[in-house]
Amino acid sequence: MQAQETRSSSVEIVQRLAEEIAGPAADAVDRDARFPTEAIEALKKARMMSALVPREQGGLGCGMIELAAMCEALGQHCASAAMVFAMHHIQVASILRHAMGQPYYQKYVGDLVREQILIASATSEAGIGGEMRTSKCAVAHDGAGRFTLDKDCTTISYGAQADDILFQARRGPDSPPNDQIFVLVRKKDVTLTQKGVWDTLGMRGTCSPPFMLQSKGEDGQIFTTPFSDVASETQVPFSHVLWSNVWLGISMGAVRRARAFVRQQARAKPGTVPPSALRLAEVSSMLQSMRTNAHDVASECEALMKDDEQGTKSLSSIAFALKMNNLKVSSSQMASQIVHHALQICGIMGYKNDSKFSVGRHLRDALSAALMVGNDRILSTNASMLLVLKDD
Amino acid sequence: MNDQIRAILKEHGRLAVDVDALADDGDLYQSGMTSHASVNVMLALEGTFDVEFPDRMLRRGVFESVAAIRAAIEELTKDR
Repeated sequence: MQAQETRSSSVEIVQRLAEEIAGPAADAVDRDARFPTEAIEALKKARMMSALVPREQGGLGCGMIELAAMCEALGQHCASAAMVFAMHHIQVASILRHAMGQPYYQKYVGDLVREQILIASATSEAGIGGEMRTSKCAVAHDGAGRFTLDKDCTTISYGAQADDILFQARRGPDSPPNDQIFVLVRKKDVTLTQKGVWDTLGMRGTCSPPFMLQSKGEDGQIFTTPFSDVASETQVPFSHVLWSNVWLGISMGAVRRARAFVRQQARAKPGTVPPSALRLAEVSSMLQSMRTNAHDVASECEALMKDDEQGTKSLSSIAFALKMNNLKVSSSQMASQIVHHALQICGIMGYKNDSKFSVGRHLRDALSAALMVGNDRILSTNASMLLVLKDD
Repeated sequence: MNDQIRAILKEHGRLAVDVDALADDGDLYQSGMTSHASVNVMLALEGTFDVEFPDRMLRRGVFESVAAIRAAIEELTKDR
């Protein structure tokens, strides 16, 4: 009972931070394409960077469902802060599920709890694009227990602001492109050379330019679990669920402005239902479908992740991969449709950047959803999986 | 049966190594078989052995080696 209370009060704390700290800074973060420093600092102060860590180890004992609710709360007020928070927790979840048998990571989780470390990921590699199950870069061991590893990254979100970086690479110089390991490198062992700028339509505060990453570390930092298992059991489900909840938050934020606009119109002429109210009714039903889908898949994932053998089998199945991909594709499409509806409702007042009904930032942020891991790529993977799935 | 499985892997598995050099329990994914290639391997196995893998068998572990694939096909054909 006490554990449950801690989890729900953690969500409430993030909801308050989102409203009071992330929200007021969101326009500046977007305009200047700057990191949402105040939001992330507040989350660190509230010990939310270790929210997923079990209570016995000093964390808050939250699960995917609470994390999803936090992403939704932040997404309503500042999509960039929400996305940074989501990406950090995808990395923490990978460590907690796959690396706790390794002494290095047992100690590392203590550091994470104490120092509220921010972890980035360096997934995308030049010459490969967004295909995370393929790498060019390879670990080079010195034979004395240490390695060096360089990666030419097309993007590292908050690379310059992160403490540590988690990423995949080929096991060794002779390994095929899909024989990948996963490794965390520490800030003190990393040199990042920024190779471009991050000047985008939306999600501007995630600060995700290309970098040349040069790193070193000890062999104990390399996950003994192959990256393929980390990807299918944790990275994909956590990414798609948390991202979907960020996009749900963006959609809710835009619809909230549309609702306020319709109420204002209704108050100006009591007795008549403003024409925009019809569209509001429509968008409210879309939002409900999106929310139900995101919450439903999060609950199913959390149940499967309870550490039994059957759950792990299900997580590595094609049927589960299809469901995760469907969530990603559908939420990302819904987000931009819903925000676009909100814009139709608010009309010119939603189009103007200086209006309290403006949904420009929401629209630009939501448009990233279909592109981060491109929907076309995901749909073609699904098309291939559907050739063997029977739905039995 | 192992020879038929190996022939399918040679044609559709897109392995980075020679299939014949791989042990029966050698990891096909670590040898370069991608998820996409594994779908083609599944389709070819279904066609060659006249079986249908039920969804519960459509996961990584079932197709990770020649031996694992053989065990799966034997399970599906044991009542014939």
